[in-house]
Amino acid sequence: MSDIKKIATRESYGAALAELGETHDIIVLDADLSKSTKTEVFKKKFPDRFINMGIAEANMMSTAAGLATCGKIVFASSFAMFAAGRAFEQIRNSICYPNLNVKIGATHAGISVGEDGATHQCLEDMGIMRTLPNMIIINPADDTEAKAAVKAAVEHDGPVYLRFGRLGVPVLFDNNYKFEIGKGVQLKDGNDVTLVATGLLVGTALEAAELLKNEGINARVVNIHTIKPIDKDIIVKAAEETGAIVTCEEHNIIGGLGSAVAEVLCENAPAPMLRVGTRDVFGKSGKPAELFEEYGLTAEAICAKAKKAISLK
Amino acid sequence: MISNTQLELTAYKIRKHAIDGVYNAASGHPGGSLSIADILSVLYFDEMNVDPKNPANPNRDRFVLSKGHCAPALYGALAERGFFPKEDIVTLRKTNSYLQGHPDMKGVPGVDMSTGSLGQGICAANGMALAAKLDGKDYRVYTILGDGELEEGQVWEAAMFAPHYKLDNLVAFVDFNGLQIDGDITEVMNPTPIDKKFEAFGWNVAVIDAHDYDQIKAALKNARKTKGKPTMIVAKSVKGKGVSYMENNAAWHGNAPKEPDYITACNELNAKIKELEAKVNV
Repeated sequence: MSDIKKIATRESYGAALAELGETHDIIVLDADLSKSTKTEVFKKKFPDRFINMGIAEANMMSTAAGLATCGKIVFASSFAMFAAGRAFEQIRNSICYPNLNVKIGATHAGISVGEDGATHQCLEDMGIMRTLPNMIIINPADDTEAKAAVKAAVEHDGPVYLRFGRLGVPVLFDNNYKFEIGKGVQLKDGNDVTLVATGLLVGTALEAAELLKNEGINARVVNIHTIKPIDKDIIVKAAEETGAIVTCEEHNIIGGLGSAVAEVLCENAPAPMLRVGTRDVFGKSGKPAELFEEYGLTAEAICAKAKKAISLK
Repeated sequence: MISNTQLELTAYKIRKHAIDGVYNAASGHPGGSLSIADILSVLYFDEMNVDPKNPANPNRDRFVLSKGHCAPALYGALAERGFFPKEDIVTLRKTNSYLQGHPDMKGVPGVDMSTGSLGQGICAANGMALAAKLDGKDYRVYTILGDGELEEGQVWEAAMFAPHYKLDNLVAFVDFNGLQIDGDITEVMNPTPIDKKFEAFGWNVAVIDAHDYDQIKAALKNARKTKGKPTMIVAKSVKGKGVSYMENNAAWHGNAPKEPDYITACNELNAKIKELEAKVNV
């Protein structure tokens, strides 16, 4: 994989903001992390429309709401931990309840943050955000999808939570890739099992499908970039046609993609389903690749779960 | 220019609406609603550029009730100003009423921000004031906080923000009635000295009597003249103002009067309204 171009989705976020700022009345807020969230790319191009909030996420979310009532498209940016975690209640009451046009650009999600360790490795954000009425949650897999997601968020009138990563990840999709909020994408057909993946683990799931192929197992791969509203149809179809599901996410198995897919299956098409994700534990400091090994977020771990899921049919 | 007597008459009508609403809901927050009625009267009938026929006018002045639990007073002011029928006040907090227990901007004409969770309203007001600056518009933004609300950390984030971005189009009031649910604010978690704290944060600060119309008007006039700084008006008020047994009594922070008390409150407020109407008509 080393010859494949890698870009962190936070880079895509900054680049997309800078591009969309030319055509849309976007205001970007950041809480003293613009160099890390990459909103500094926007800041350099549109200094008058970039507001540094200082290290004050609660104020940032409620201020974003106030700006949105005056017709602005507002992006509020911080690390996922401090956006979804610290400012949850401001997002709920000031943004989601009045359904205001605020986008939350949450970077540094997941254990791929690496060396900073558990306090900065947010593994709960999709679960927290998923409980909020009016909230849309997008967890893009690569540079192409991340840029498309930012554009779609700008064009959507209402709150959107965008989840980006710090780690460079392979560019999976070309410019012909079609992105639509709420529409999952089948990346590979198969009939033995479906790997339903999101974000950084989409690339890993595609690797796993190749490994499974070598063992004579034909895995379907579905990319769920929109965690909410989730694409019920593509998941039900996968369950009915392949009979077994493995969800793959860089997030706690509680609350995120695994939970969302389980809810769809239970109510519509019960099928054996196993979850790849962090298993209700905190992360820790280390190199991302080593952490993926330790927390079971590898292609090999996905393969093992896939075989187990097939055996449960 | 509207007379102080006329403003006071409106304030007492706002108080009557608040008591009617809370009584019919059998729940709600009368004490802090009564203490802000005079300020609301001045804001909605003298100070702010608002139009009940066009509540979403992008160039209107904005008001955010940061102490959102005092919605009964805000609804009273909006109804008096003609944003919705006064008859609807009695539906407050009832299932299927648009008059939610705390202000809902999506449901109530004239409500500029949904509030209720303390600390967030002043931040939203900051956002509105910033939007005016970014767009080069001259509308102004007003907000009222509770004194107990100052215990929320987020208020001090907002207190840093507004002077940093020179939001001189923002006026915040603190309804300094000295009481919160659990009792005296200085015993629960002392936020004083309120004026000195905001001065230290870079605000233009005035300390006034919340029930003195000349002082409210003068502070607002001074705020308009102050450039480069937001204004904080620390308004010393009487919680429960206008209903004798509610005055300075924390027990009426979040309790609705039952029938005998309600009748007493109505008698007192109606007598005051009658007296002020007579003065206005002289």
